[in-house]
Amino acid sequence: MAFIKRYLIPRLIQYFLVIFLGITAVFIIPRLTPTDPVRRTIQELRSRGSYLDPGSIEAMVEDLEEMYGLEGSSFDQYIAFWKRLFRGNFGVSFFQFPTPVMDLIANSLPWTLGLLLVTTFISWTIGNIVGALAGYFSRSRWAKVLDTIAMFVRPMPYYIFSFSLLLLFAYALGLFPVAGGTSIGRQIVFNLDTMLDIGRHAFLPALSLVLLGAAANFQTMKLIIQNVNSEDFVQYAKFGGVKEGRIVWRYVIRNGILPQMTNLALSLGQIFSGALITEIVFSYPGLGTLLYNAIVTGDYNLIMGIVSMSIIAITTAILVIDLIYPLFDPRIRYT
Amino acid sequence: MNETILRTEDLKAFYVLDVHGTEKVVKAVNDVNLDIRENEVYGIAGESGCGKTTLLKTLYAAMEPPLRLIDGKVYYRPYGEEVDVYSIGQEEKRRLRWEYISYVPQGSMSVLNPVIKVKETYRDFIVSHVGGKTKDEAFDIARSQIAELGLPSQVLDAYPHQLSGGMRQRVTIALSSLLEPRIIICDEPTTALDVVVQRGVVQLLRDIQEYLENTIVVVTHDMGVQANIADRVGIMYAGKFVEEGPVDDIFNRPRHPYTQYLINSLPKFGDKTPRESVPGSPPSLMDLPGGCPFNPRCPHAMDVCTEQMPSFTRLDARHKVACWLVGGEDGKTA
Amino acid sequence: MKTLRDLFRDYRFAFSFSVLCLLLVFAVISLFSPYDPTFWGSVPRDLKPSWEHLLGTNSKGQDVFWQATFAVRNSLIISVIAGSVSRVIAILVGMIAGYTGKTTDRVLMFISDSLLVIPLFLIIVMVAMLIRQQLTLPTLGLLLAFFGWAWDARVIRSLILSLRERQFTNTAILSGTGTLSLVMKEYMPFAMPLIFSTLINNMSWAIGLEMTLAILGLVNIDIPTLGTMLNWALSYQSILLGHWWWILTPVTLSVFLFVALYWLSVSISEYLDPRTRTQRVGVQ
Repeated sequence: MAFIKRYLIPRLIQYFLVIFLGITAVFIIPRLTPTDPVRRTIQELRSRGSYLDPGSIEAMVEDLEEMYGLEGSSFDQYIAFWKRLFRGNFGVSFFQFPTPVMDLIANSLPWTLGLLLVTTFISWTIGNIVGALAGYFSRSRWAKVLDTIAMFVRPMPYYIFSFSLLLLFAYALGLFPVAGGTSIGRQIVFNLDTMLDIGRHAFLPALSLVLLGAAANFQTMKLIIQNVNSEDFVQYAKFGGVKEGRIVWRYVIRNGILPQMTNLALSLGQIFSGALITEIVFSYPGLGTLLYNAIVTGDYNLIMGIVSMSIIAITTAILVIDLIYPLFDPRIRYT
Repeated sequence: MNETILRTEDLKAFYVLDVHGTEKVVKAVNDVNLDIRENEVYGIAGESGCGKTTLLKTLYAAMEPPLRLIDGKVYYRPYGEEVDVYSIGQEEKRRLRWEYISYVPQGSMSVLNPVIKVKETYRDFIVSHVGGKTKDEAFDIARSQIAELGLPSQVLDAYPHQLSGGMRQRVTIALSSLLEPRIIICDEPTTALDVVVQRGVVQLLRDIQEYLENTIVVVTHDMGVQANIADRVGIMYAGKFVEEGPVDDIFNRPRHPYTQYLINSLPKFGDKTPRESVPGSPPSLMDLPGGCPFNPRCPHAMDVCTEQMPSFTRLDARHKVACWLVGGEDGKTA
Repeated sequence: MKTLRDLFRDYRFAFSFSVLCLLLVFAVISLFSPYDPTFWGSVPRDLKPSWEHLLGTNSKGQDVFWQATFAVRNSLIISVIAGSVSRVIAILVGMIAGYTGKTTDRVLMFISDSLLVIPLFLIIVMVAMLIRQQLTLPTLGLLLAFFGWAWDARVIRSLILSLRERQFTNTAILSGTGTLSLVMKEYMPFAMPLIFSTLINNMSWAIGLEMTLAILGLVNIDIPTLGTMLNWALSYQSILLGHWWWILTPVTLSVFLFVALYWLSVSISEYLDPRTRTQRVGVQ
């Protein structure tokens, strides 16, 4: 089918290329800077008060070089890097020495994924539906009120917004826990009690992400729908006396949802970063907090691992959306 | 002549715009009195920008701000009695649409919903007016109508972007006759199509009119199409009608200077003299000249033309003209 | 100017313009500060707001009000550097891609699109972690600029593509106008309004990112910015100790700044967009 040739193949090529470039960037960037991670690690160890005699420093340097993959020429390192990547080996974490980086990521990833999937789904759906109705009934009062609210919420950076929620609901009002994913010491079991506890802890971070996401979707969808309203085929359906409910659903929303799918794909990178930042504010045990700890302890392996996995995850998610899109837009399916 | 089926009385519809603080008024439909009959094809001719499309929207009661009904009435006759279309409720108006009067808009290229198949659009129209039809029943109605009008049945299973411009235009026309309305209004149905397709479109319209014995109002600046299809023609200029009559009279005995220019600009077999078009350009509807709006371009303009708009003079039972050259004191205003 | 008067009819423009002017004044006041912002212990610690110290003092012994003036100033400087440099890159890339077309276009747009889908925040974190010490104001601005041009390059490219098809381009080329002169003199007036509104968006993004980086400790925390103020307030447990003036100052100032920048960009782009213009018109 022409479709496969014209749409599918270029998309897949782009997918692999982007991952390739992204991971290469992750590899190159640390090697561009004047700091030598091995020396830095030793310095940090020293600054924390550990005493190291010259003999053990020598041994450490060798081990660290191996851990950081710094043996051999740059090209050798690059190949070795890719080899280890395929086996999911990002080396050993410094922050939680000697746990492998992959293990730490595997522990945190489910928390982040859960939060992201639920909040993105809710904010996209609600934001789009309310935005569509507001766009269709754009002269009504409630639409204008909602728009003004969105005008305040949308420009907030994730940190400031989450932080304000934290101050308000956790500190000032004490309604929700201040930090963490579950109460301290609790085992993760699949019973109602644990679920509720997780829910209480996840509520504020989720609320923050949902509100920010919904505000943005609301505004974008409202504008899209206002444009779709003036499209010829909507006017024509009105000329034809087609019932209003039908027009709103089959003519207006069905067409407006298409650019929103593309927009979702484009903003996934931002949404992901925002989720990580929100997690940091609430000390939620996902990739965000892991990243924060990695930064604070200068754990380079861990950071490289997180960034690499994130690039792969996000690019894949975008590819999935791009593959679903033709199912909704027949103009792409049959060119 | 037959019964009146659509009538307007002193119709005025203006666009009222607020351009950064100052109010500007575009007088698109300026005192129009129409009397359209059953079982005829009524053509409305005039240059672009003279208000034709606005007039159609007003006749169809499809006005949206900034377009406003300033004065006048539009009467339908759905159940034998005259009904002022601007005084009935939303739901009744919705039902009249497509069942009593239908519309073929300008630029039919993009009027079909791009994400659903043509048969689904048909279904939407059918189901919104005729209750109790299942999906398949609606599709069957669509198929039989398409077949009757001689269009290939594959168009129903296609998406709009898969059809050519001409085919889409014919689908829109076919769709407009779906519920057998008493009036079909067409806005420039042949523009942007090549001549061969144009012929097909005109033929389709004639077939529909013959079969349903209803009224078709065709708005087009293409005088060739008017000659081909219209029974009566009304000439519109700057929001007003300046002449109206049977198509033969308009083409062979035009009385208004503007009509004369329009007719003379058409090529004729055997006549090799160069064609003259109307000198100057149409006035801005925001800034109309006083009196008769054609006076700045009229070769026979007199003083009275700049002061007062002439009223219609009857030349015979079906032909009337609004021009000081031909009278203008008795009869209704243009 | 008539344009300004028209813009002021939009309450969003009026509000945001005034707020930004106030913040600018606030930043300029920093030139008159009686205290050096990098010194600790210039005044007694942890004092509540009073007439002598309008916003109180913090745990490092600095006057919060005067710190804030420097913070606003520096954050604005970073965002202006980031915004303008990234505009230049975006214009260059967009114009070259749009005008040259074909392979150059595809390559440039591929790079641009990749920058859009990769989680930039993480990459910037990675880079910042390494050059933490050298992250002065201009360096940070340049770093942000380096990553912030992608979206607008695409926007400008679309504009150039449509302008290229227009009549006046052919006229200009046929009458011997050189490419550079064509682009600069003929196309720029069209691009200017677009560039301006994207500049404001970009500035907002830059400040947001600066604050986030600062809170993660990835910038030089001795330079007072809105972000570093917040960082210090957090590390000194100002919430738990109840020093609300120290933590609320950067939060409130930044909220005003973000909302104002956003409203400014929305009102300007709506003013420029011919479609929304006609929507405003005629709704009595």
